[in-house]
Amino acid sequence: MITLKINGQDHNVDVEPDMPLLWVLRDKLGMTGTKFGCGIAQCGACTVQINGVATRSCVTPAAAVVGAEIKTIEALTDSGNSVIQKAWIDHEVPQCGYCQPGMMMAADALLKDNPHPTDEDINAAITNICRCGTYPRVRKAIHAAANNT
Amino acid sequence: MNDMPKLDLSRRSFLLTSSLVSGTFVLGFHFPAAAAAAQDTEVNAWVVISPDNSVVVRVAHSEMGQGSMTALAMLVAEELNADWSTVRTEFVDPRENIKRNKVYGGMATVGSRAVRSSHQYLRNAGAGAREMLVAAAAQRLKVPATELVAANSTITHAASKRTLTYGDVAAAAAKLTPPAKVELKDPATWTIAGKPTKRLDIADKVHAKPVYAIDVMLPDMVHAAIVQSPVFGGKLKSHDETAIKNHKGIVQVVPLEDAIAVVADSYWAAQRAVKAIPVTWDDGANGKVSSASIAEFINSGLNQPEAPATRNDGDVKASLAKAAKVIEATYRVPFLSHAPMETQNATVRFSGDIVEVWAPTQNTESVMSAAAQAAGVDPLKVVVHPTFSGGGFGRRGGGGGTTDYIEQATKIAKAVGKPVKLIWSREEDIQHDYYRPISAAKFTAGLDAQGNIVAWNTRIAGQTILSTSAPKAIKDNMDAGFLVAFTDNPYAVENVKVDYAMRNTHVHVGYWRSVNHSQNGYFRECFFDEVAKAAGQDPYEMRRKYLAKAPKQLAVLDTVAKAAEWGKPLPKGMWRGIAQVDGYDSFVAAVAEISLNPDGSPKVHRIVTAIDPGYAVNPDSIKGQMEGAVVWAMSAALYDEITIKDGRVEQGNFDTYPVLRMHEMPIVDVHVVPSGGFWGGVGEPGAPPVAPAIANAMLAATGKPIRSLPIVRRNAATV
Repeated sequence: MITLKINGQDHNVDVEPDMPLLWVLRDKLGMTGTKFGCGIAQCGACTVQINGVATRSCVTPAAAVVGAEIKTIEALTDSGNSVIQKAWIDHEVPQCGYCQPGMMMAADALLKDNPHPTDEDINAAITNICRCGTYPRVRKAIHAAANNT
Repeated sequence: MNDMPKLDLSRRSFLLTSSLVSGTFVLGFHFPAAAAAAQDTEVNAWVVISPDNSVVVRVAHSEMGQGSMTALAMLVAEELNADWSTVRTEFVDPRENIKRNKVYGGMATVGSRAVRSSHQYLRNAGAGAREMLVAAAAQRLKVPATELVAANSTITHAASKRTLTYGDVAAAAAKLTPPAKVELKDPATWTIAGKPTKRLDIADKVHAKPVYAIDVMLPDMVHAAIVQSPVFGGKLKSHDETAIKNHKGIVQVVPLEDAIAVVADSYWAAQRAVKAIPVTWDDGANGKVSSASIAEFINSGLNQPEAPATRNDGDVKASLAKAAKVIEATYRVPFLSHAPMETQNATVRFSGDIVEVWAPTQNTESVMSAAAQAAGVDPLKVVVHPTFSGGGFGRRGGGGGTTDYIEQATKIAKAVGKPVKLIWSREEDIQHDYYRPISAAKFTAGLDAQGNIVAWNTRIAGQTILSTSAPKAIKDNMDAGFLVAFTDNPYAVENVKVDYAMRNTHVHVGYWRSVNHSQNGYFRECFFDEVAKAAGQDPYEMRRKYLAKAPKQLAVLDTVAKAAEWGKPLPKGMWRGIAQVDGYDSFVAAVAEISLNPDGSPKVHRIVTAIDPGYAVNPDSIKGQMEGAVVWAMSAALYDEITIKDGRVEQGNFDTYPVLRMHEMPIVDVHVVPSGGFWGGVGEPGAPPVAPAIANAMLAATGKPIRSLPIVRRNAATV
């Protein structure tokens, strides 16, 4: 049994220590906002924040984040309209929507770290894959959110 | 934990899906609350009015991000004169389409057809419902219907200053006979359709509310992972379960004919175990096939003397013999994978004699039939729960084997006796796709002394999609669909031959966003630039000359040329390329602006693109589709290829099948220029001009044509 602090709440889970955080969230805790896309830290659909840092949960063993502050898309949503989410709605960013929770968690971490990112900063920080091709709107929405903070 | 309540068959069947949704389990589209559902009034098959005067529009197509759900509702609401702010949508249960004698037509969401195949019946439905509501109001108010005005879901009798809402008269209207014929609005008078409109699915998606099929959680549900025969057509020969006897959480191993599945208490445990089981496969006849052997096979098609033709105008042979200059070139494209972000998955639950399915799909009817067949039940016993699809791009169209994951999940759930969620790993997804076919084009064109094109010969050699989807439909070694953009080549040349040497491999092929237009548009538009170069002419001006009798193509070509300031010198180290490809009844052109990286690969700075879809139902959604098509096409143009070794796919994940990311994203400047009078698709036609525009900019930059894709792997030093 390990204890994970997710969105400010402690969760006791009976899992093997090397089970990736992604599957603890999804299959053990029913927190399905965090998505599976590749399983090898390529696509970023599984992005959460660990102590404020955007992290790919599909390759993060549960045991490695015991004691850390884990933040998922559910926290962003529960906070009401976050600046990021408002910008995402204003710019109609999602198409299929599947990669967007990971995209928004990465963008949220970026803005916390760098409130006014340049295009180059965005290029460096947003490495998530979107097959629908929402990148132009993701970029616009991040700039818009930066101007609203 | 969000658990689905048990199936309750007492509700009226149409709203069955909503009755399964608990308050905490939002599906991302709005269902009437179960209590209110009983009082909702169905005016016709598409229009349901709630007592609070809100409107539910039934949508028969899938929503995978392309915006159909909103656009289709807009068309109904427009003719209905509904208050758009109260419009919600509800996906059609495919069983209803059977029960109602196919009133919703085909529900497959493929071929950019959602709007273009259903606009007529949707507008008729909206107008018909409006007339019935007005007729009911006329009876209630005892005035002639002609004295009533319906607007914003309200009917007004101006003379007596009386109003009734649609909700007030819906029940009475539903009892009236539907009008035999309705008059549709002049699109010039539209107030909802044609205006940029917020998509109905955006806010929920941003708040991560939609439950995609992969997110479904059911009581007692177990998780399945699968490994399929690596060689297409291979079979499972033997496997050794003892290898996983120490694994925790294993429920059952389920061998299938061509795959092995492990069921466990989490997907991770299942996936780890299925990878650990030693398996022997019977590869069948194709265990030695490689990309090299396939290339030889394609070449034999390029070089065979005669092949079935779709065009043979004038005398190509004689004209080439007389030509002042002859240009020859061979172009090639590889197999391509769809790789939608939500991998193939399906959750299946047997509830009494009912089979419930949740799965990402472009075609709920095909899910119904596939599950019915795998379970051995009547299709009317299958409940397909609607979910948004995390991409589709043709992989989940429902035909030609593309319901494989539905059938597997159904068989596994039946074997295990519990609800099962099957998820394909990304590797299974990329290695068991229905790929964009491999193809090649061999061109010969002749120019006269003045630089006019006197003959154009096109030989295509490649694998028809029919070889996988409908082999029996192949007649006389021809699939005319494989020759689109050539048979209907809009460039006016007198002597033209187009023929096809079919070369079908064992690799599964299918419909990949923009389908045969994707490779043929690239072949044609790049060869056109080679011809223009040989003729010493500007590629834009030369296109204009040969499109003189193709005004729609010419208009979008001119739009992008003007927007990109074609002809105006670019800064040093920058080059432009142009291309135009019509398809899916829409007209599209693109200009690419590039520079070259030190390794010779292109850096794309800007794509200017224009689409004329005839009527543009939701222009901002169309803009999004065009942006997405640029990303889709650039991934393929620069990086993507599926190669074969020992009969199996060599790529497995995004490390070996790289796709475009943010840092490579050019500025995309989209011009939506609807000219009216026709209904073109928007999901796919944006893609085909992008690769040739980039390749043509490379030709301008280096003087060397890009005759095979992907550019980065084949033509530049980098990988």
